[in-house]
Amino acid sequence: MAQIIIDTANHIAGYAAKAARVKVVAAYPITPQTTVVEKIAEFVESGEMDAEYIRVESEHSAMAACIGAAAAGVRTFTATSAHGLALMHEALHWASGARLPIVMAVVNRAMGAPWSIWPDFSDSLSQRDTGWIQFYCADNQEVFDTIIQAYRICEDERVFLPAMVCLEGFILSHTYMPVKIHDQEEIDAFLPPYKSGWILDVNNPFSHANLVSPEWYMEFRYMIQEAMENAKRLIPEIDKEYGQRFGFQHGGLIDKYQCDDADLIICTMGTMGSEAKIAVDNLRKEGLKVGAARIRVYRPFPVEEVKKLAEQPSIIATIDRHISFGMEGFLASEIKASLYHMEDKPLLAGFIAGLGGRDVTFRTIEEIAKKSLKWMKMGRVEKETVWVDLRE
Amino acid sequence: MVTIKEFPKEEYLLKGHAACAGCGPSIALRLLFKALGNKVIMVVPACCTTVIQGPYPYTSFAVPLQNMLFEATGATCSGIVAALKIRGLEDITVVGWAGDGGTVDIGIQALSGAAERETNFIYICYDNEAYGNTGLQRSGATPYGAWTTTTPTGKRERKKNMPLIMAAHKIPYVATACPSYPVDFVNKLRKAREIRGTKYIHVLTPCPTGWRYDTSKTVEIGRLAVQTGIWALYEIENGRFRLNSPSDRLIDKSKRKPVREYLAMQDRFRHLTEADIEKIQQWVDEDWEYYRKLASNECV
Repeated sequence: MAQIIIDTANHIAGYAAKAARVKVVAAYPITPQTTVVEKIAEFVESGEMDAEYIRVESEHSAMAACIGAAAAGVRTFTATSAHGLALMHEALHWASGARLPIVMAVVNRAMGAPWSIWPDFSDSLSQRDTGWIQFYCADNQEVFDTIIQAYRICEDERVFLPAMVCLEGFILSHTYMPVKIHDQEEIDAFLPPYKSGWILDVNNPFSHANLVSPEWYMEFRYMIQEAMENAKRLIPEIDKEYGQRFGFQHGGLIDKYQCDDADLIICTMGTMGSEAKIAVDNLRKEGLKVGAARIRVYRPFPVEEVKKLAEQPSIIATIDRHISFGMEGFLASEIKASLYHMEDKPLLAGFIAGLGGRDVTFRTIEEIAKKSLKWMKMGRVEKETVWVDLRE
Repeated sequence: MVTIKEFPKEEYLLKGHAACAGCGPSIALRLLFKALGNKVIMVVPACCTTVIQGPYPYTSFAVPLQNMLFEATGATCSGIVAALKIRGLEDITVVGWAGDGGTVDIGIQALSGAAERETNFIYICYDNEAYGNTGLQRSGATPYGAWTTTTPTGKRERKKNMPLIMAAHKIPYVATACPSYPVDFVNKLRKAREIRGTKYIHVLTPCPTGWRYDTSKTVEIGRLAVQTGIWALYEIENGRFRLNSPSDRLIDKSKRKPVREYLAMQDRFRHLTEADIEKIQQWVDEDWEYYRKLASNECV
């Protein structure tokens, strides 16, 4: 029976892994991810979860063990943060190249040096080009629902790719919220047993991932690109179907709020998307036509939807909890790239905010909106990238 | 114990593999399949076997093989073993097959972790004492004095003793082998298959390309490694150390051939001085004093 519980997003990720009937979990502890894998350890040891739990000696090994288990025919899960994710980097490429539908919770945390345990997206966005689908969540319910959805998407034969379900450390990971844990039978009906494109089978032996000459390598890469495009079509469909079944829908690729008549659209990812909605409500009370768009899926990037979104506003403001040093925020770059071929483009203003866990409240976002609206009236942006609340 | 006449006729390392002429590891691979048959799943990291199996869309392996990242063999095997357990397929033997670089250097962490977790698998290090696949650079398993492309005047440090490092993990079975002694190797593999837990076999596999000798001499060089005592055949079963034939007769120094005979056959040692050779002989003698103590349970 479905039940509503009040718990942290990390524990909720554990509940989701259990509900997805994950069979092998391989994990290594890192703050702020730890309570995800602690919860799963509880589930496995109490017998509530019928799974093997491999307590590996590093994150690189966590991903390697997931690769081995997924290749040997079972659903796998792991979770990590920041430096752990960076240590996995090589194995992330291998997982997607091997087309294994592994799902991983990434509890976003800033990268060192200097040490920080607080959130930004520099860890997961640095893994942009590894061939993993990337979801970014705005609340605990979305964490649960997205993990379930991710398995359905990743194990679809048109996709067969791994996915990260990203949630910001502490802001979500350690924050209690009510979450509906759906009925297990309903989840089982939505998510069929594990499926992958290939399996290590003694009755059908072959060498997987052996040396590929230049004659073949490009085709393998092209197939990953195709799978990403397929995922882009599938994600909104699955989100819709999920919504019909369970009553929760999270916006498919982009979670849009009050965008239809907006002069300004504030574009964010993760929990800043929730704050942006409050900011929009407040600004609307002042008569300002502002909307918010939360990019829920960063890879595959929703180029077509962004284009459609950009037809209405005169200006788009991106807020990046990340900086690509020597350039700008990734979101700003991606949106610019998406709109390059548009004839009548809106103005674009990039804001860097919330690095290393600095708070980005709805008030911060209101200020960003007001600055952007001023530039809209001027017909140009004064600064292409603004560092918000910076001590100079 | 199987004798050589009882080796199965089936071959699971197929014709047309891409090993160098005289490749020691490919002999060991063939014997591996003679011992274990085809109900195995193999994990192979970056190493010479990446090449030996042949490029996509071909393979010379008639068993399922997961190619894997250089340092990740142990952990990957842990994942496969866990999945097979969940699926109730525990009669399949999982084998990690890695070179010396992938074992004693970059792969030691994942292997140590897998052993500490008591992963039920066989890990085989085929040791050609250098990074063969990348063009013969020095590894932690390269012996003192050996020429490699990164030690052009000879390695200054001694070989890492990986079998004893693995024995320190208190795993149920550690063994050394050499394809020049096929019956010994095959029986060790058969024994390892029957034991639950992590089994580690370190196989010295001469490499004509890297060791600089004639391709017809691979078996002979392996024999000399054993006969001179530079490589000892032993097993450590549940902590009990035992020398195997013919090494068990070599505690008596007079039975061991001088190391000079082994060194002289390989151009990688061509530049060694008399003092170097004496030093190597002395180290081998010291090793044997240690083996004697281990064999008589004077120490573990």
